[in-house]
Amino acid sequence: MRIAEWGEDRPAERKGTESSGTPRRRPCCRRTRGAGGPERDDVGRRGDAPRLRPRPERPAGCGRATVRRLLSTSQSSVDPKEMRKFQLLAHRWWDEQGEYSALHSMNDIRVPFIRDTVLNMGSAYQRGSPLSGVKILDVGCGGGLLSEPLGRLGASVTGIDPLEENIRAADQHKSFDPVLAKRIQYKCGSLEEIVEESVETFDVIVASEVVEHVADLEMFIKCCSQVLKPGGSLFITTINKTQLSYILGIVVAEKIAGIVPEGTHEWEKFVPPEELERLLEANSCSVKTVNGMLYNPLTGSWSWIESTSINYALHAVKSGDQAQTSQTEPLSEMESEQCSATAGTSV
Amino acid sequence: MVSSRDFRPRCDARDVTSAAMAAACGRGLLAPLGGRLRACPRASLRSLTSAAPLYDVVVSGGGMVGSAMAAALGHDIHFHDKKIALLEAGPRKEYHLPESYSNRVSSISPGSATLLSSFGAWDHVCNLRCKPFRRMQVWDACSEAIITFEKDDLDDMGYIVENDVVMSAVTKQLDAVADRVEVFYGSRAVGYTWPLPSHSCDTSPWVQVELADGRRLQTKLLIGADGHNSVVRKEAEIQNIEHQYDQSAVVATLHLSEATDNNVAWQRFLPTGPIALLPLSDTASSLVWSTSHEHASELLTMDKESFVDSINSAFWSNVNHSDFIDAAGAMFRSALSLLKPSGTAVRQLPPSVANVDPESRAVFPLGMGHATEYVRHRVALIGDAAHRVHPLAGQGVNLGFGDIACLTHHLSAAAFNGQDLGSLKHLLRFETERQRHNVSLIAAIDLLKRLYSTSLSPLVLLRTWGLQATNALPPVKEQIMAFASK
Repeated sequence: MRIAEWGEDRPAERKGTESSGTPRRRPCCRRTRGAGGPERDDVGRRGDAPRLRPRPERPAGCGRATVRRLLSTSQSSVDPKEMRKFQLLAHRWWDEQGEYSALHSMNDIRVPFIRDTVLNMGSAYQRGSPLSGVKILDVGCGGGLLSEPLGRLGASVTGIDPLEENIRAADQHKSFDPVLAKRIQYKCGSLEEIVEESVETFDVIVASEVVEHVADLEMFIKCCSQVLKPGGSLFITTINKTQLSYILGIVVAEKIAGIVPEGTHEWEKFVPPEELERLLEANSCSVKTVNGMLYNPLTGSWSWIESTSINYALHAVKSGDQAQTSQTEPLSEMESEQCSATAGTSV
Repeated sequence: MVSSRDFRPRCDARDVTSAAMAAACGRGLLAPLGGRLRACPRASLRSLTSAAPLYDVVVSGGGMVGSAMAAALGHDIHFHDKKIALLEAGPRKEYHLPESYSNRVSSISPGSATLLSSFGAWDHVCNLRCKPFRRMQVWDACSEAIITFEKDDLDDMGYIVENDVVMSAVTKQLDAVADRVEVFYGSRAVGYTWPLPSHSCDTSPWVQVELADGRRLQTKLLIGADGHNSVVRKEAEIQNIEHQYDQSAVVATLHLSEATDNNVAWQRFLPTGPIALLPLSDTASSLVWSTSHEHASELLTMDKESFVDSINSAFWSNVNHSDFIDAAGAMFRSALSLLKPSGTAVRQLPPSVANVDPESRAVFPLGMGHATEYVRHRVALIGDAAHRVHPLAGQGVNLGFGDIACLTHHLSAAAFNGQDLGSLKHLLRFETERQRHNVSLIAAIDLLKRLYSTSLSPLVLLRTWGLQATNALPPVKEQIMAFASK
């Protein structure tokens, strides 16, 4: 079954939605879209600064018995346009020389980053399984490229992705290894959907190469914070919104060198670390580390760099009583500052 | 880049291969398994093999190198929760140190000793039996040229250890990690099924191994350590550059005429091939004499006295000298001593042999081989399966131990990063590192063998001067020693 066919079948199930390339319209709207520019929410906002429209519908591709909601008051961070991009490539996840080769080689730096940070936070180290006993949520897991190494290191991983094709590819790939099949669980859905049943259940959340595809970043971060245990870690890798990232990340990577398939990224949705930090602080997560990353297309490998102008990785810790503190962490200082600040202003 | 390493699926039976393999392996018939050496249609395999136990690493071949590989992985900290299997066709041998020395010995370099001690086997070796040597003297039979190697601090240059002792020490350490490493004795692998490249994953992505008794195993990484006639290498269709030398090696255990501080390894290049005397104890040495096939069978069958006489005359006789070469050599030596007043090292005389152990004489053919690729997707070759050399440099097993050290390092790092063990990424790094080291050494050994196989004057002159010059340059000698002892 070709993936394209799967996409084409969808219109029969729902009317005038994602497969036709646009979100659901209100009758009087006319949409305009510049080349690579932001989508405009037309209802009474023409000419305003671009604003990402809230998604009124459940994302496509999620099970045959989907309840079709015409309009929902809850917001979702999933963008169907983004999902469509990935739908076509769902069967290419595990080709190490294919479209996702850069993500495969990113494991060489992001897995050690996660592993070492978690080990340094002081949990007991079990030989051979450095992450055993750690519950990890991999948001936007795709085909499971990051979930599997984390699972091999002993963690219990829950991978979520809004696209069912991705979950299917991930499930199929892990099914051959009985150890991984037990340690990793994949669920189709968005972060918001699991918030209610998973409040404060995860030690670590990993959102790698996800926030630049998310529709509502504020809500995404809020949900991450809700689902994370106090003292838990949040790891985000994404792309900065700078001129350099436009040149290298979009022009070179997509159009010239073909490192990522064209149209994968939109510069407008790139997130500068300052913005991410602001959102995290607002949700009681303190940022511990921000590291720049650089991809070398000639060797196909990633490395850490000082500058965060293009790609970067961020580690934040949710504040809370169960925070694991080491001597070098300023967390306790910040906590006491916050406490005194709020104490001063509380009514 | 790596598409050439993907296997082409084949479904046809190959009886020719099975017969050829049976002959090559020198074992019994593979008749019942005749046509099953190629994969069955892959789609159906999933249901069949889902029941076969899955291992993280399977090492095929339980010789010195294969067993050491399994032991090294078993003792590695990052393999603590992994499952490793070692397949050995022979039965398990209980080893009791005999009075007499075995005729199969190896020269273990300091680097190999370090590897063995990394998983605790070197202590067992020392407790059983081993002889360190401090000096190596190599000289020509056609001239007076001589080269000696020794470490500045008079440290041990290497160790002469019987192969059985190494095996016993490694087996003991394998037993110590029996919860992680499962050793299958009496299990010969008769068939391998290779997985399709990872992205077309409707069928099992693991290597399927079929044993002679019908059992099946699955593994994420198959390591072929099954000797120079490697079945793994053949099944993987990895090209092997090989060449049979027109020489055989005669080995024997010799008794010296008088007890001596036996810590020098002697080697003399005769026109028919090098003869080496490796110290085993103060009164015993091991012989490795590479010579033509006819001379080798003569040596095997002649009586003890004649055998001992041939050895002694091989080391002492100057019958191959010619005046011209001697004069030229002497002239060069005096020229060198002008440049380097300290002069070349003093020539020592090898000990004379009095007796040979009964039934310790044996012959085995010599050849050279090198696999063009050491790795494929989910396959790696180590030891003689990857490369085979002439014993003249005492490097054969050391190259294998070097492979183990390198591969263990890369696999350990991959395991600590949660990577798929059979992934070509780190396997290629292992291959690059080892090929860089091995190819130059193997080429040099082959070159030396050919250079010293002749008594033609121009070449003798060349090698005489070359040897004398090298002997006069300590930095060059140190480089050679460092390279060979890694």
